Amino acid sequence: MEVKEKSFGNGVSCIVMHSNDSVVTLLRSVKKGEVLTFAIEDSTCTLTVKEDVNFGHKLALKKIETGETILKYGESIGVATTTIEAGEHVHVHNLIGVRGRGDQ
Amino acid sequence: MTMIKGYRRPDGKVGIRNHLLLMPTVVCANQVVNRIQQQIPNSVAIPHQHGCSQVGEDKERTHKVLVGMGKNPNVGAVLVVSLGCEVMNAEQIRDEIAETGKPVIWIDIQDEGGTINTIKKGTELAKGLLAQIEHIPYEDVPLSELIVGVKCGGSDATSGLCSNPALGRASDLIINQGGSIVMGETTEIIGAEHLLAEKAVNADVKKKLYDSIAQFEQEIERMGVDMRGGNPSPGNIEGGLSSIEEKSLGCISKAGSAPLQGVVDFASEIPGKGFYFMDSPGNDIECVSGMAAAGIQLVCFTTGRGTPTGNPIVPVIKISGNEIMAKRMADNIDIDTSTVLQGKESLQQAGERIFEEIVRVAAGQETKAEILGHQEFSISRIGISL
Repeated sequence: MEVKEKSFGNGVSCIVMHSNDSVVTLLRSVKKGEVLTFAIEDSTCTLTVKEDVNFGHKLALKKIETGETILKYGESIGVATTTIEAGEHVHVHNLIGVRGRGDQ
Repeated sequence: MTMIKGYRRPDGKVGIRNHLLLMPTVVCANQVVNRIQQQIPNSVAIPHQHGCSQVGEDKERTHKVLVGMGKNPNVGAVLVVSLGCEVMNAEQIRDEIAETGKPVIWIDIQDEGGTINTIKKGTELAKGLLAQIEHIPYEDVPLSELIVGVKCGGSDATSGLCSNPALGRASDLIINQGGSIVMGETTEIIGAEHLLAEKAVNADVKKKLYDSIAQFEQEIERMGVDMRGGNPSPGNIEGGLSSIEEKSLGCISKAGSAPLQGVVDFASEIPGKGFYFMDSPGNDIECVSGMAAAGIQLVCFTTGRGTPTGNPIVPVIKISGNEIMAKRMADNIDIDTSTVLQGKESLQQAGERIFEEIVRVAAGQETKAEILGHQEFSISRIGISL
């Protein structure tokens, strides 16, 4: 789970930590309608932002189904509680952690 | 070989500070200790909330933390102040600290005859102790004498993206020089423990790691709560962290790439060289206090949301990858690694900058937390008050 050096470039809007990831993490706040360009390994990818989202938060890289495991850093960070479209905000309103759940 | 400066104690351990520590054994002795500290500005006091109405392992933990704070090599001498009727055994605390060979004196409020008498006596004794430690030589020592605690607190998304990985590069440099790294916060490896376990040098270490987490999760189940009410915190969540797993995955990189030599109990001395994990709560103050009690001389602390906290006897270096916060709270942040996110610097370069700051602080430069007088201290409780 190496944080890749070369991904951090000048004016980069977002970063994908691992090639298996379901999400991209924002390096600046973004507005609905923006098209983001970023690298996954050596390929260049684009993503249309579906809603205003703050710096440091995540967007779905692709469609995520209800119950699907969401990956960041190549590892599970929780499961989707609803269907999430590519470019939508992924956070506590549609992602649920599975650990530390003494209430379940 | 990188050199720093330090004070060699009678037991051979090296401290990078030379504190006179004023220690109440129980909350009831706080006011007396605080008043003695006010007479002697060069001393540090550790008032706390406990020391009585405790039993079992909880009582033992409080004892262990107090003794550990006294034994820490950054401390030159200790004045122990008890009330006289508390659960903590002040004589035993004094004796265990005295095993290090450093000067330790114990006085008791009920024996001395109340507040004013004890303040007067304590102030005279503390002045004597200060005179003793002022003559201890401040020598050049190798960096290999250093045990560095690595911690994150007030984390946001930048913690996992740059400040923790950059700190991890610095951790590797410390280990390369023969120093040691200790990571804590059992809470904050949940969801990432398998990655840490892979680094364990043997099956026993791996098992102890998993056992620490299992024990913690059992306690959460016993309480019947959803951890997400407390960790990730509201600030973590606002900063972009959605689950404890995401937080933990971003946290563990701060320890670097060294193999995991062992898992130590809370506030226990580090048994060897290299990278160790300390079973401890995620709570910032309890964890750093536990590290200080274990004998760690310096802490590197990454923060995204911004926290000013320090420790009475251990310098705490604050590191952030959040450019906006680092500027807004410039009074509190020692190193800003947001340059990595702007593409101006690599993680390796940021890591080297952190390492250079560690060397300067270990050679006497004060951290911002030290300059501002941040001396947060708290004893982790694991039982009820009677």
